[in-house]
Amino acid sequence: MGDHNDHADIDRQVRTYILVFVTLMALTIITVTISRFHLPVPAAVTVALIVASIKGGLVASYFMHLISERKLIYWVLGFTITCFFAVLLLPLWTHFDPIHN
Amino acid sequence: MDIPFTVAERPDTGLNNGKIGIWLFLASEVMLFGALFASYLMMRIGATVWPRGDSILNVPLATINTVVLITSSVTMVMAWASLKRNDFGKFRLFQGLTILAGFVFLTIKYFEYSAKFHHGLLPSKNTFLAIYFTLTGLHGLHVIGGMVVNGYLWGPGAKLWKTDPEHFTNRVENSGLFWHFVDLVWIFLFPVLYLL
Repeated sequence: MGDHNDHADIDRQVRTYILVFVTLMALTIITVTISRFHLPVPAAVTVALIVASIKGGLVASYFMHLISERKLIYWVLGFTITCFFAVLLLPLWTHFDPIHN
Repeated sequence: MDIPFTVAERPDTGLNNGKIGIWLFLASEVMLFGALFASYLMMRIGATVWPRGDSILNVPLATINTVVLITSSVTMVMAWASLKRNDFGKFRLFQGLTILAGFVFLTIKYFEYSAKFHHGLLPSKNTFLAIYFTLTGLHGLHVIGGMVVNGYLWGPGAKLWKTDPEHFTNRVENSGLFWHFVDLVWIFLFPVLYLL
């Protein structure tokens, strides 16, 4: 019985994987299509990063099973993502705070 | 003496050692690529002129590569799901398809790089090409690394399935986590380098 439930659970997961796959393909088409409109750089960057973040979120949540992971993994990743954004923000910080002679 | 907690969860972490190990490794990888993305950002905002990626790079080929990598992520997770269903034959099929997708990705990348070199577009040409080759080259090395591990688990490493199927399934899950990470990095590299 337990084995049967396990298999049913995996079958459900497989259906989710296929749905995520279709969504990722659709989002890839959307990304390429939007880039053809040649939007101004700030708008283009914003849209491209939002779509990429949704795609990345889907891969991490479902394919990497982060949606149902242990708390310790969330802590490790939370710390890493904080450091990641700190590293990304450093160049922006220096750019918008120039030294005036 | 056996290595402990390869299948059972450690009482303190609630995870087997392989799982926590691969996530810590992926955390270091996030910082590696994070540093390079920050370098890209710094060079781009500091440049007076920056080319649009699609004026230099081949967007159709990169789009095909995006589709290939996303497909390989699905076949990878299907390989793991097949083991969970005790279907070793299907595992072999999906794992084989994942490795094949890796080869297709690298072959397309080879044609892309060859065209650039043929036209004299080398990393030394300008800052854009320098960061393009650095980021995609490092990503390509990760694809090769993932293929080596997946190939081992498809071939000689699969012997473990007969003696310790749960341990083998965990190994496939962990190599899958790395492969999905490689896909994840490409999901951001594609728009940043090719479309903006």
